[in-house]
Amino acid sequence: MALITCKNLSLAYDSVNVAEDINFAVNKGEYVCVVGENGSGKTTLMRALLGLHKTKSGDITLGEGLKRNQIGYLPQQTPTQRDFPASVKEVVLSGFVGGMGLRPFYNKAERDRAEKVMERLELSDVQNRSYSELSGGQQQRVLLARALCATGKLLLLDEPAASLDNHIALKLYDIIEGLNKEDGIAVIMISHDVQSAVKYADKILHMGAKTVFYDKADYLASDDFKRLSAEKGAC
Amino acid sequence: MNPFELLAEYFSYPFVCYALIVGVVTSLCASLFGVTLVLKRMSFIGDGLSHVAFGALAIASVLNLTQNLLIVLPVTVICAVLLLRVGQNTKIKGDAAIAMLSVGALAFGYLLLNIFSGSANLSGDVCSTLFGSASVLTLGRNQVVLCAVLSLAVLVVFVLCYNRLFAVTFDEDFARAGGVNTAAYNMLIAVIIAVVIVLAMNLVGSLLISALVIFPAISAMRLFGSFRAVTVCSAVISVFCAASGFVISMLAATPVGATIVAVNCVVFALCSVAGKIRRS
Ligand SMILES: Nc1ncnc2c1ncn2[C@@H]1O[C@H](COP(=O)(O)OP(=O)(O)OP(=O)(O)O)[C@@H](O)[C@H]1O
Ligand SMILES: [Mg+2]
Repeated sequence: MALITCKNLSLAYDSVNVAEDINFAVNKGEYVCVVGENGSGKTTLMRALLGLHKTKSGDITLGEGLKRNQIGYLPQQTPTQRDFPASVKEVVLSGFVGGMGLRPFYNKAERDRAEKVMERLELSDVQNRSYSELSGGQQQRVLLARALCATGKLLLLDEPAASLDNHIALKLYDIIEGLNKEDGIAVIMISHDVQSAVKYADKILHMGAKTVFYDKADYLASDDFKRLSAEKGAC
Repeated sequence: MNPFELLAEYFSYPFVCYALIVGVVTSLCASLFGVTLVLKRMSFIGDGLSHVAFGALAIASVLNLTQNLLIVLPVTVICAVLLLRVGQNTKIKGDAAIAMLSVGALAFGYLLLNIFSGSANLSGDVCSTLFGSASVLTLGRNQVVLCAVLSLAVLVVFVLCYNRLFAVTFDEDFARAGGVNTAAYNMLIAVIIAVVIVLAMNLVGSLLISALVIFPAISAMRLFGSFRAVTVCSAVISVFCAASGFVISMLAATPVGATIVAVNCVVFALCSVAGKIRRS
């Protein structure tokens, strides 16, 4: 059974339809990219998968013992409050709050795990710095670390590399690939960058007038891919 | 008499000690939740509620209730819940609704007092509910105990919810995706602020309460960059300002509430300067 399966899913805001008839499944350890034009409903889909947005119709089923609160989420970059007093460590640890049940404080295991995750993402040196003082790339790594604290199975990443410089974006993609290949964490990533999407992903969910779930090889041969990459090339 | 003898004499009266304890403890509670309130951009709720509390107090005094907390507390808590609902509703102008409710409460409170109050010194009474004046020295033992119990409850709730409060404040969506009941935490914050405001009303009066909630948090944010440091620092600042403001007000025979707020302002100015120097 797949980790997460969407069947005939429709998304809407009030009565305005955003996307219809979405069908796809993500298996353990897979890497899926979601591509499509601005406003095609990518973020809305992700919020629906997380239970933050009510679906209009259709089903989302979780499998393999995955629970809703075991999904790691990296939100689309919203301008974070300037001067928000939060250290890197505090932000990373806050990834655990969903799984704590009634326990009020983080336990030893969670603190150790946070240390490991920060080490892995090269954040140990800045762990006591204020989140709002960091560079864009560092901030994204902090949010990725927080998402990793929430999950060992599935990451949902909403344009993690948007607004990053090219080489920093590449570094972030490498880290994500490592998490996927070495740690076997399934990844669903929204990306504006079709080229890198097809480079890393096993499967592609193309959202547009019609939402289609492609294998990589099929996608490379499709009109959707040609249209989207031509657009990107133009700008 | 030198100032120390004067203070020693003051503190030999138990009601002075009660007043000091109540003042320090309520300031502490106000400042702890103040950090969250400021960061969540919910300061307006504190301000609106203080006016509502004034209206409720007017009703209580017209009804001649001795235990006016019995009416002020529930009314303020209910309004906190309502304000939160309205404030989150983006379809109607939330801030305008809050301004209407708070100014309305102020106006009706004053009207009620004017029409029904038998007191000879009406403007004095109104002034003391608005600015706190000497009423803090007339607290009875029961009120002190009630205050202490409520404050303790607020502190315990804060400590137990600390990590979740941080998560909800920093990124509400992420917390909700992780299964935290963020609506309940927002409600909790609003209710606790209502309780704190009612508690602090005796001390500084309803117009000055927001200062106790906001100033220590903002001052601490000038100095520190982590949530824990800011929380601890604002707690320290609030306790220091409440205690020193109280002492100064006795020595200089100034109104307690206004003095405490003035000390808070001075500390804020110092923190701003210190923060600037540190950053440059
Ligand atoms: N809160 C909202 N209320 C009403 N409509 C919304 C809301 N948020 C988004 N929409 C609309 O829903 C559609 C899909 O939005 P969504 O954010 O999911 O797009 P997206 O694919 O993530 O776009 P982008 O690539 O710019 O991030 C858009 O047309 C948008 O205008
Ligand atoms: Mg989006």
